[in-house]
Amino acid sequence: MSGEKVKIEISREAYEQAKRFIEEQGGFKSVEELVEFLITEAVGAEGGEEISPEEEEKIKERLRRLGYM
Amino acid sequence: MVSRPHGGKLVDRTVRGRRREALLGEAWEIVRVDITFDRAIDVEDIAYGVFSPLEGFLVEDDYLSVLKGMRLSDGTPWTIPVILDVDKSIASMLRQGDDIALFFDGKPLAIMRVEDIYAFDKKLHAERVFKTTDARHPGVAKLSSMREILIGGRIDLLNTVYNPLERYTLWPKETRVLFREKGWRTIAAFQTRNVPHLGHEYVQKAALSFVDGLFINPLAGWKKRGDYRDEVILEAYKALIEHYYPRNVVVLAALRMNMWYAGPREAVHHAIARKNFGATHFIVGRDHAGVGDYYGPYEAWEIFSEFPDLGITPLFIREAFYCRKCMGMANEKTCPHSDEYRVRISGTKIRSMLLKGEKPPETMMRKEVSEAVLSFENPFV
Ligand SMILES: [Zn+2]
Repeated sequence: MSGEKVKIEISREAYEQAKRFIEEQGGFKSVEELVEFLITEAVGAEGGEEISPEEEEKIKERLRRLGYM
Repeated sequence: MVSRPHGGKLVDRTVRGRRREALLGEAWEIVRVDITFDRAIDVEDIAYGVFSPLEGFLVEDDYLSVLKGMRLSDGTPWTIPVILDVDKSIASMLRQGDDIALFFDGKPLAIMRVEDIYAFDKKLHAERVFKTTDARHPGVAKLSSMREILIGGRIDLLNTVYNPLERYTLWPKETRVLFREKGWRTIAAFQTRNVPHLGHEYVQKAALSFVDGLFINPLAGWKKRGDYRDEVILEAYKALIEHYYPRNVVVLAALRMNMWYAGPREAVHHAIARKNFGATHFIVGRDHAGVGDYYGPYEAWEIFSEFPDLGITPLFIREAFYCRKCMGMANEKTCPHSDEYRVRISGTKIRSMLLKGEKPPETMMRKEVSEAVLSFENPFV
């Protein structure tokens, strides 16, 4: 995820725990990255797809024709 | 809420309308590179977003990063190199920045922007991806038949490859719309190349008992001798779903994707592809995408601990058997009884019975499924 950044505050304890997790498990480059990842995991993340209303209608038509809907 | 696409954005490299017409004209004017069926399938999987965030074949930086660290150079998990090989003679005609036309079956399939041209070390590739250089390994064998030079770069899809299973094929954009329409927030994906026996059903239902929907996604296409035909697998699943699953909890669709038998690495690859379809969970087989004894029994499970940032939850469900004392299907974690009560489900035994036209016992395979398989004159390749 990119774009404008904002600051948030979390407890030192949670921050240290996150840092340790990253050192041990890898995968994430920073606590910021981990926090973003966990937020999308928890609240879900719409988007990442560009489907216009016309395209969505076409998709639904095909799904209906094939008996999926 | 369906999964966010891998790398954040669902790739769509299909071209339509006027732009397609223009590019189709151009395709006959520029350098033509004929590609194999396998690479044509890769082109489609890239274009329709199965391999998001890839927009084309890997450039050298990404290729080496995948080989050595199982991640793209920006850190995104990626375990199986998606590469395009060409002859030296063709490579020598190409320059970075060229547009070339990828032809398959005499037709322009896609336009590719050549971003990188590089040699690759097949031995290193085999050691890293397959953990062996043994020529008997089917992935190593395929690799050794590839040409010497790789070209990387983004593609634009102009045509599609003939697909006999077209009416069973859904792409990520379609399943995402479908899952949302169904109101599913959690979806477990199941990968298969087999007809379902009771063990598979047990594993699927174990997952289904805590997610909203099950996405059964057989891998179609390339087969080795003795494999079940794609139509047989689909008909067998239709019979199982009709008789043994509630309405509206299962989506069955085929996917044409290359198979490398890379075991653990390919298990992660399969999970990433299904994340792009919108699945939130992925059922990982014990010897997922394995072959022979090249991989340890639980290696395909262990590898997932290296990817806390994968964005799809792997489900490790132990193999099921029928227990006469439990009087039902069970697994090591749910049944305390000894082997004398357990009926092991053997895929090999089922296969050899079906080959002889016999129905396997109902403690192994549903009779409706056996009947669906046996309704084919020759269910095997
Ligand atoms: Zn038991």
